[in-house]
Amino acid sequence: MSARQLTLACIAALALAWGFLPEFTLTVMSYIGLYALVAAGLVMLTGVGGMTSFGQAAFVGLGAYATAWVCTSPLAAAWLPAGIPPGLLPLVGLALGLLATYAVARFLGAVTLRLSGHYLPLGTIAWGLSLYYVFGNLDVLGGFTGMSGLPPLTLGGFSLASPLYLGPLIWAVLLFCLWALHNLLDSREGRAIRALKGSRVMAESMGVDTAHYRIKLFVLAALLAAISGWLYAHLQRFVNPTPFNINIGIEYLFMAVVGGAGHLWGAVLGAALITLLKEQLQDWLPKLLGASGNFEVIVFGLLMLFVLQRFADGLWPRLQVASGRWLKPEARRAAVASAAVTLQQRVLPPAGQVLLDARQVSRRFGGLLANNNVNMSLKAHEVHALIGPNGAGKSTFFNMISGVDTPTSGEVRLMEQPMQGRPSRDFAALGLGRTFQHVRLLGQRSVLENVALGAHRRGRKGWIASMLRLDRAEEAAILAEARRQIERCGLAEFAERPAASLALGQQRVVEIARALAGQPAALLLDEPAAGLRHLEKQALASLLDQLRSEGLGILVVEHDMEFVMNLADRITVLEFGEVIAEGTPAEVQANPRVLEAYLGGELNGGGL
Amino acid sequence: MDLQIALILGQDGVVNGAVYGLIALALVLVFSVTRVIFIPQGEFVAFGALSMAMMQAGKVPATLWLLIALAVATLVVEAWRHQRGQPVEWAATAVWTLALPALAAALVLLVKPQSLLLQSVATLALIVPLGPLLYRLAYRPLAHATVLILLIVSVALHGVLVGLGLLFFGAEGYRTPAFSEARFDLGGIPVTGQSLVVVAMAAVLVVAMFVFFERSIIGKALRATAMNRVGARLMGIPTELSGDLSFALAGLIGAVSGLLIAPLTTVYYDTGFLIGLKGFVAAIVGGLGSYPLALAGAVMVGQLEAFSSFWASAFKEVLVFTLIIPVLWWRSLNSRHVEDEE
Repeated sequence: MSARQLTLACIAALALAWGFLPEFTLTVMSYIGLYALVAAGLVMLTGVGGMTSFGQAAFVGLGAYATAWVCTSPLAAAWLPAGIPPGLLPLVGLALGLLATYAVARFLGAVTLRLSGHYLPLGTIAWGLSLYYVFGNLDVLGGFTGMSGLPPLTLGGFSLASPLYLGPLIWAVLLFCLWALHNLLDSREGRAIRALKGSRVMAESMGVDTAHYRIKLFVLAALLAAISGWLYAHLQRFVNPTPFNINIGIEYLFMAVVGGAGHLWGAVLGAALITLLKEQLQDWLPKLLGASGNFEVIVFGLLMLFVLQRFADGLWPRLQVASGRWLKPEARRAAVASAAVTLQQRVLPPAGQVLLDARQVSRRFGGLLANNNVNMSLKAHEVHALIGPNGAGKSTFFNMISGVDTPTSGEVRLMEQPMQGRPSRDFAALGLGRTFQHVRLLGQRSVLENVALGAHRRGRKGWIASMLRLDRAEEAAILAEARRQIERCGLAEFAERPAASLALGQQRVVEIARALAGQPAALLLDEPAAGLRHLEKQALASLLDQLRSEGLGILVVEHDMEFVMNLADRITVLEFGEVIAEGTPAEVQANPRVLEAYLGGELNGGGL
Repeated sequence: MDLQIALILGQDGVVNGAVYGLIALALVLVFSVTRVIFIPQGEFVAFGALSMAMMQAGKVPATLWLLIALAVATLVVEAWRHQRGQPVEWAATAVWTLALPALAAALVLLVKPQSLLLQSVATLALIVPLGPLLYRLAYRPLAHATVLILLIVSVALHGVLVGLGLLFFGAEGYRTPAFSEARFDLGGIPVTGQSLVVVAMAAVLVVAMFVFFERSIIGKALRATAMNRVGARLMGIPTELSGDLSFALAGLIGAVSGLLIAPLTTVYYDTGFLIGLKGFVAAIVGGLGSYPLALAGAVMVGQLEAFSSFWASAFKEVLVFTLIIPVLWWRSLNSRHVEDEE
């Protein structure tokens, strides 16, 4: 039995048993479904995207209050066009709730998500608290007493008043959302989303607008919360501010973290555990402590501390490991490549055309002048090496010509366009591919997925298409392209392995394959030969030679002089932030200033 | 509104702002040294105020039992670490787990202080060691985790402490007698002695912290750790000690803030959270990194709160927390390049 079959069997068993379960169990199950929906959003946000929110309860509140207001307020009745059948009012409420949530989340995200990751959660604490007071103080929304008399949902005239009938709808919505989120993560967009956590610089260089993706992910999580709130309101048929307060927002986060913030099913596990535990604790804690109050938070907090310290990934991965012994591993279904879909192709510029041009580039860090009036150009169909002793300013320069940093003065032009102040994803869009000196791969993901991220810009299918599996043809084309580049770089046997399991030198080659998957015109390599063995270096040299003959312009920052001198057409030498020599390998080797920089003093001969 | 009301509100704002400023300083300190966004800072404020109130009511504050429990737990953890061959700072451990709890217990159980001064000392002895003990138990095992994980730990800890606060002090609020009953008249504006005490005490603490960080070797070590953790460790500054110390300062500032506000407003077991969050809004003005900007932010928060309680008292909290939005927006204007998170 595979994990997939087990999941389907569990769902089928739940569906069959539903009609025979006691009313109380059905109610609890319905709530677990509602909470899991919110927690699933938090899994996407926290475990996958590397952000978090304590204010999800407030979004649940927006969803609940929107429908409550539409369905019961006389004011709403006066505003809405006459003639809407009462059965459709909840749908109007849903639309209003989603709209309001979208607007708030979009705004909050836009304000906080360009900053470091901890500003979003701090912002959501403030937002979660504020909304509670707004709900409680607005008479239109019933103040702290709330609004009652919500109609039940109806489906084709059939009333879904009791958990017996509404529960299946809740679970159907939950399972559909889990399926869609699972699909999203297993797609081109999903790879970009996974890179948001700790690899934003890399993702930007692959052409991903990470701030925008972060906002979208936050909005997605908020919308899931709003849907849960809508269902909640029609299950309770009554709303007041209490369930949408900040401490409930924190409880949602507990569910996601305890269950396993990196796994969608962790949300369901966490929601079930916390809900059942809360039920029990509220029963016997007051008896034990001899006082009534919200004491379960003590236990939840301690549980949370324990889980974070001992099982940082939550409990779901533990279940996976335990069940792995008797579950069959999932057979990877190869996506069918379709001839109909081709990725965007770039027409490479003719040989000799200047691709990248840095003029009088200076970079100052406080009192330190790291680059001083550096000039350098890269042409199509050449290998240009940038060398210099440690601390010469090579990395600083590399950052500026790849859009990670902006020069203090001077100009960088890419494909004849001024790039001053533009982000590195714009560099990628114009045809610049790069690798990193300190390897930046998603270590847990396979080599194939890492390389496929390099082709991100060449696909077009968006989030919704990915969720609904309308992206399969394109996805197959992207994966085929990634495989092609992996084979070309000689790593075919490692394609399915986690990237972190490869030797460091091989990881550098994976980075080259990833850059190539973006079909660049200019390729910037930061110390590509470091950590490679002799034969691997030869293979790398012949790969770069082949790429040059295909018309790429390649800039190499490298310390291995033999490698550089045999490969490069031109060499630029940096020392103390300034260009001290430029020319063919032979010219540079004969240059006395270069000899002095490398060997120190007035040494003659020897050669580099 | 006439000028007189405006001046009275402004005075309120300054007094509240002084307390928020102290808390903002503690938050900036803890964040820059340990990367912990210390949400439970507000609980120190409430615990300080309520422990004082308990002593004045002639009861033993239950924070003493919490302190002893945490001290024992820490001793067990340290002994276990020692067993496994990890280095343990026994001298510092003895201060936090033995000396200060013993002092607190002696004061609370044997001396049963009657004077405000001695009660305040007892309160400090109760609350200050909670900082380093919580640091060692909750945060230190995760010292290498991301800021985000540490923040989640903070929120979990906040939950635990608020729940314990309710258990310890009940749902009722308390107010303590003022340190000064004096009243002045400043050009028609009534000024209470207590508000002067608050502002003066806050000023003294700020100056003391400034001197500590500028002049003392320990203060400089903390600053070095804040600037570059790895570099400071390589220079022989133990990271754990800087963690202990910054959390102890956070405990001190929290307890003092609690003592200062308890005569001005009724403190409930969960009052600390809101006070702490207002400190956060102030600290965020300075990007969680600048002390002067955090103080300026605190004055702003205090004034906004005072004036909004006059114009729209029901929405006072909403207005104060909404201030965070323009502040964050203003900060985001200055961030241009993407950086990876720690």
